[in-house]
Amino acid sequence: MSVKVLLPNAFQKHTDGTKEIQSSAHNLPELITEIETSFPALKTHLRDEQGQVRRFINFYVNEEDIRFLGNEKYDFKDGDEVLVIPSIAGGCSPHGDTRFAPSQLCCCSYCGQEECSCA
Amino acid sequence: MALAYELRCRECGKTYPNTPLSICDACFSPLEVHCDLEAARGSFTREKIAQGPDSMWRYKALLPVPEDYVPATPAGWTPLLAAPRLASRIGAKNLYIKNDAVCLPTLSFKDRVVSVALANAQIFGFDTVGCSSTGNLANAVAAQAARLGLKTYILVPSDLEPAKILNTQVYGAKLVRIDGNYDHVNRLCSQIAERYNWGFVNVNLRPYYAEGSKTVGYEIAEQLGWRLPDNIVCPMAGGSLITKIKKAFKELIALGLVEEKEVRFFGAQATGCSPISTAVKTGADHIEPQRPSTIARSLAIGNPADGIYAARAIRESGGWAEDVSDVEIVSAIQELAETEGIFTETAGGVTTAVTARLYAHGRIKADDLTVTCITGNGLKTTDALAGAYEVERAVRPRLSDFEAYIEEQTEDRAILEGASVR
Repeated sequence: MSVKVLLPNAFQKHTDGTKEIQSSAHNLPELITEIETSFPALKTHLRDEQGQVRRFINFYVNEEDIRFLGNEKYDFKDGDEVLVIPSIAGGCSPHGDTRFAPSQLCCCSYCGQEECSCA
Repeated sequence: MALAYELRCRECGKTYPNTPLSICDACFSPLEVHCDLEAARGSFTREKIAQGPDSMWRYKALLPVPEDYVPATPAGWTPLLAAPRLASRIGAKNLYIKNDAVCLPTLSFKDRVVSVALANAQIFGFDTVGCSSTGNLANAVAAQAARLGLKTYILVPSDLEPAKILNTQVYGAKLVRIDGNYDHVNRLCSQIAERYNWGFVNVNLRPYYAEGSKTVGYEIAEQLGWRLPDNIVCPMAGGSLITKIKKAFKELIALGLVEEKEVRFFGAQATGCSPISTAVKTGADHIEPQRPSTIARSLAIGNPADGIYAARAIRESGGWAEDVSDVEIVSAIQELAETEGIFTETAGGVTTAVTARLYAHGRIKADDLTVTCITGNGLKTTDALAGAYEVERAVRPRLSDFEAYIEEQTEDRAILEGASVR
């Protein structure tokens, strides 16, 4: 089984210019792990200090937001096209998904505090 | 001379020189324009602003354009109107309307953001510009790009109101209807902006574009005699406007142009697309995307770009968010027109209906100085009122026929009034 994954320009600084990969991942968590294995330089940028995938990164499968398809529970099908697109502004995370949940302990990226000055 | 603004990541704080970029390459979070308030201090005074043009460009010193920029279009500086008749209907005593239904050149507040975005498109050397749009932005980009001689590609959901399609095409813009909703269109535009060297006002030019919304806040403060209101009620689509009005007020306070005051911000959405108001009501620190289904198509963004920032701004201010049904939206459009002579589009119906509910629920107190933001013109969404008014029979051009007609009307009214008594 193979899915095509299109990476955004913002990633390319950390992927030596690679824009597209073929993946044998079966679902979103596997895909993220595979991307990080293939591009170790991307890993620290893809995840925050707590190891959570940054919430401004969105995944789409065949034009549909993966959150409407079941998110992590969605099983990739052979030939699926997966798009990775950072939010242009703001961002969001699905209700009840702890992977994206904001940490209450750190400030900066995910504290939820607008005026954080520790950056 | 170095420019008095730069790009800065809203999350990790990394700074970038001015460039058509909207995403931080370190943490993939959104970038925002950061203006140097100290640099603006000398040129951003009440006196100098008063000497400026009767347009949003009177606030040029706090907008991301070079000091010598000469604007081609006088957008903004729209009326701030006392609304006593609407106020008495909904239990308010000190209500004002910021009326961007008459913003030039295309009758919505989007003219403001596009003015700033296209100024930067020219600075960056783009000869083609575009946007993803629910309609008003399409109109604004098409008109202003025509005036600047720029080529345009505008992508819209295929079910957009006919008036908004016509009001884009008439300017010679290339309009591409996409078989999907706004969120599909927006995602496609993100990909297109990476592939083609075009200036997309709400994608790669978004940090500059968004700053234009601040002018709504500057104008409200100046038109109130350089003071801030108690409350702002603002429609929310992507959620950017409400955060930028808040930013504008903060800047005015920092520069000493208004007294410090905690303004409460209230957001308005249609129930058929209410991801931000839902987040505010449930206290969530994230936005759960929705599939939109509402006649308020200009607010139909199921995955709002600035949603999380809007929800935060509302909560931190002590405000609230509400959402209203399509039936309430239509009634509110009629009520605003009948009481204040302002014909707004569906988004304005949302804002007006939500304003009424906020008073009814005691979220806003009757004596508070409240400004409700009307952001678009009713002539663009007349289909929302289809069937609302009967076409009456034509009266012959004779005085006797006219008198008979008036008689008939009076009898009809008496019957109706009698019926309502029973």
